[in-house]
Amino acid sequence: MSQDFRLNNVGLINRDKKISFKFNGKSYFGYKGDTLASALIANGVHLIGRSFKYHRPRGFFGAGVDEPYAIVQLYRNNETDPNVRATEQELFEGLEAKSVNCWPNVNFDIGAINNFLNKFFPAGFYYKTFMWPKSFWYKVYEPFIRKAAGFGVASIKHDKERYEHKYEYCDLLITGSGPSGLASAYAAAKNGARVILAEDKPRFGGSLLTSEVNIGNQNGKEWAEKIITELKEMPNVIVKNRSQVFGYYDHNMLVMSERVNDHLPKSKKYSPKQRLWYIRAKEVVISSGSIERPLVFGNNDTPGVVLSSAAKEYLKVYGVLVGRNPLIFTNNDSGYETAIEFKKHGIWPIVLDTRSNPDSEIIDEAKRMGINIKFSYVIIAAKGYKKVKSAEIAKISQDKKDLGKIENVNCDCICVSGFWTPTIHLASQSGNKTKFNKEIDAFVPGQSKQEETTVGSANGVFTLEETLKTSFEIGHQLSKKITKNDNKVSVPTVVEKKSTVHDKFWCVPLPEGKKYKRFLDFQNDVAVTDVELALREGYRSIEHVKRYTTLGMATDQGKTSNLNGLQLVSNIENKIVPEVGHTTFRPPYTPVTIGAIVGREIGKHSKPTRKSSMHLWHEKNNAVFVDAGVWLRPRYYKQGNETLFEASKREATNVRKNVGVCDVTTLGKIDIKGPDVAEFLNRIYTNAWLKLPVGKARYGVMLREDGIVMDDGTTTRISENHYHMTTTTAQAANVLSHLEYYLQVVWPKLNVNVVSTTEQWAGAAIAGPKSRDVLQKLFPDINVSNEGLPFMGYVEGNLFGVYARIFRISFSGELAYEVNVESNNGNFMWEKIMEIGKEFEIQPYGTEALSTLRIEMGHVAGSELDGRTIPYDNSLEGLVSKKKDFIGKRSLSRLAFVAEDRQKVVGVVPLDKKTSIPEGSHLVKDAKAKLPNPKLGHVSASCWSVEYNNPFSLAILHDGKNMIGQKLYALSPLKNQSIPVEIVSSHYVDPKGERVRS
Amino acid sequence: MLHIKCPYCGMRSQNEFAYGGDASVTRPELNKEILDSEWDSFVYLRKSLKGKHLELWHHISGCRQWFKVQRDTSTHEIFKTLKPGESI
Ligand SMILES: [Zn+2]
Repeated sequence: MSQDFRLNNVGLINRDKKISFKFNGKSYFGYKGDTLASALIANGVHLIGRSFKYHRPRGFFGAGVDEPYAIVQLYRNNETDPNVRATEQELFEGLEAKSVNCWPNVNFDIGAINNFLNKFFPAGFYYKTFMWPKSFWYKVYEPFIRKAAGFGVASIKHDKERYEHKYEYCDLLITGSGPSGLASAYAAAKNGARVILAEDKPRFGGSLLTSEVNIGNQNGKEWAEKIITELKEMPNVIVKNRSQVFGYYDHNMLVMSERVNDHLPKSKKYSPKQRLWYIRAKEVVISSGSIERPLVFGNNDTPGVVLSSAAKEYLKVYGVLVGRNPLIFTNNDSGYETAIEFKKHGIWPIVLDTRSNPDSEIIDEAKRMGINIKFSYVIIAAKGYKKVKSAEIAKISQDKKDLGKIENVNCDCICVSGFWTPTIHLASQSGNKTKFNKEIDAFVPGQSKQEETTVGSANGVFTLEETLKTSFEIGHQLSKKITKNDNKVSVPTVVEKKSTVHDKFWCVPLPEGKKYKRFLDFQNDVAVTDVELALREGYRSIEHVKRYTTLGMATDQGKTSNLNGLQLVSNIENKIVPEVGHTTFRPPYTPVTIGAIVGREIGKHSKPTRKSSMHLWHEKNNAVFVDAGVWLRPRYYKQGNETLFEASKREATNVRKNVGVCDVTTLGKIDIKGPDVAEFLNRIYTNAWLKLPVGKARYGVMLREDGIVMDDGTTTRISENHYHMTTTTAQAANVLSHLEYYLQVVWPKLNVNVVSTTEQWAGAAIAGPKSRDVLQKLFPDINVSNEGLPFMGYVEGNLFGVYARIFRISFSGELAYEVNVESNNGNFMWEKIMEIGKEFEIQPYGTEALSTLRIEMGHVAGSELDGRTIPYDNSLEGLVSKKKDFIGKRSLSRLAFVAEDRQKVVGVVPLDKKTSIPEGSHLVKDAKAKLPNPKLGHVSASCWSVEYNNPFSLAILHDGKNMIGQKLYALSPLKNQSIPVEIVSSHYVDPKGERVRS
Repeated sequence: MLHIKCPYCGMRSQNEFAYGGDASVTRPELNKEILDSEWDSFVYLRKSLKGKHLELWHHISGCRQWFKVQRDTSTHEIFKTLKPGESI
């Protein structure tokens, strides 16, 4: 296992620490400090995957975040991650990765047939090819696309890793630790500002790690180390590596993804895999640098064609050669830096420069070193299928239109440099109006919308001297604005080689008769011909061209392809690039894992779980729970092998016959105090409240301003200026906000205070003919007779030493009481009720029996108060005062609300007295009518009536008042049922309400 | 995520608040005779304007106070926040 492409003694890797890893099942080794990409290249592996559309062989193109090709499926600690960029993944012991997008394997890929059929896969091919015939979609096209296309495979296993969220505030957030980031961070930190410096890569320093420059008396890399060391020691500075700021949101909120443990074989104990930072920064300095632009020529996607800056980075950081026989194809001076590095290590590159006679210090040095330079030369096409073997090159005329005689040159890699594109994504996301800079043929940030400043090459500044000068100044100015300090640090002197202007030429014309594919977008296989076709077919807006061709889409978001695409569109359209405009940059800048976005809010932790103080008792007594909002409520208490139906029937029957007890802690409770409470309630509720005496409860209905019922419940007058309101479980929070709104905004003069006490009280409803006997034994000192404690009465009592509130109210329609005690006494109360109730055959009942009891009594609840019904619809019109005004009253006179045939709640019984009617069924006159069958109403709630031992439902029915006695059909297409039914009164049991008053 | 200054608590992140609609709408007084059209516009009609908008927010996970926010609906710039009784 020799590493043929690793140089000795070059790079920043730790050669004492060998690391073994596997790629596509084969074992290799690398060193600590390698990325998966650098380690594979060191081992001579260049075939990484297959392209998205044509399944062409894919190698490496970049060395970092911009990588469009080298996307792998990663295996770590028995988990798998799709779409990991090999250029960013640090090597760890035992790492395993596999190619994506190839089937059955990377060397023999069935999808590659697409490459030879590519005339059938032009721009918009999804829209065209797979449209016809329609019947082929499910059977042929979709399975084929699913198998053959797409990137990695998401794991369907539960992810056992931890992900965290963190919230942070700072004065300056600096995104990128290249020279501009370091300088502005240092200047700001020295001026007392609270600084966060974020670096995407594991190593700080950005371009200083690979450039040949001197700052002060040190080389660039040493200077970067010195600054970082000093920043790390400052208490007002947070320095983070492996951290990508990927989103710039409103009001200077930025989000950063920190890969805390991804570089280790498994996460450290008590440490998350990744951490998402929400950072609110007073000022943001964008120092995100720039990305080298490709040059476009035939087969420019062949493995071995790499960015020249990436070749330099592999060499200088990892000691790895992308090839031993390199061609360097450039339109600017950057290519020469790479050529010089190769030459220093005994490799003889050939430089092809599109310019005719450029002159600069860097070119002079290359000439002095004897590097073979061919001016006015271009590459026409790369040759080789799975790896570059040679290139067709030719001289090009001054006007770049005519090509000379084609020559063949052997090479094993082609390093391309088409100049630099500033990384303006964050600035653009912030709302910055970017502008086109003709000198660099790229967009740079323009007018800021938020507190953001872009420095260095991200701002189109490509000399180190200028970058440091402006970045120190910006760091100082921004921090001064915040800290009011004025401590300036001196700007060090810089030694760098001067370069000359680049060539605007970037796309090599095809020679007569040649049909090479020239790619613009490497991840999505978008070629020059695709964009030409889109324009021929009438697409004009760059946003449309993007979607039609998929240029600049997918995981790399066109980091290397956007500008070339724009230039092509502008060339064809004869427009200048700023007129074409660029597509909108949206977060995230790089892919973020779903785990990081979700953080700790998963499974049980995705929402709080609320339990009543009797919860443990319920658990011990075989309660089966149901979610009621965030509450857990007993649905029924299972005895033996009972089903839900059997248990709820038993529980409900026992309430009707003996006595039952139900946990009603979840009801919303609001404590209301103040001299104006009665007046307030009178405005909130539809019925009259001014004369409610102390010690009495009243049922009330509240509306929204549009006349729709919002909620119902009882409110009790505890003392002169003190009331206790209950709401339904579901509406508790809304009702509180509603009350606060009217008190604070609409009627601020009312002297009333409201506070939620839902969690302060535990409640038990004791219901059934024997409930008075139970209550009497619980409170022997209280007169609980019908005269002593009448229906809707209220008393306070002493429950074996515990303060209790006793309300004679009923939801079940039976004689019933609700007892409230402070929450911490809830379980004590419950156990006392069970103990004392034993001789009266008390049984606990759950929400299912509770529903049965209220439905057959015709008590409306959430399924009828569904946000679409007014009091009349629920037969609550008797509670609507004609004398006073209240919230929503004016709306009740709307024409539709007073229509003669207005909908109303009714009872529904199946004619066979056997078939339960599915909730949601439609009520219709004719079961066999032509569709759409006119709907008269819908079934809102269904139960098995324990009183009559047959099914019973409630429904909201058109002209319900006049429908009693009618025969209709209940249709449920979902359950494929059609049930003949009779309409009856909604008050199926005890229509006169005698039991509650008994 | 917006950064909103509650007049009672100071600067807080948007996730502590709930949006409460147009603050320039005034509820008609109780017991006052008004036209159907006036009631209709109070209940249903809202401007969907681009630019400066006066709106209500509720500091629902904080002090539970309602207050007014003057915000640009297209840029999210917040110019001013006020207690319910205060006017611009
Ligand atoms: Zn507040």
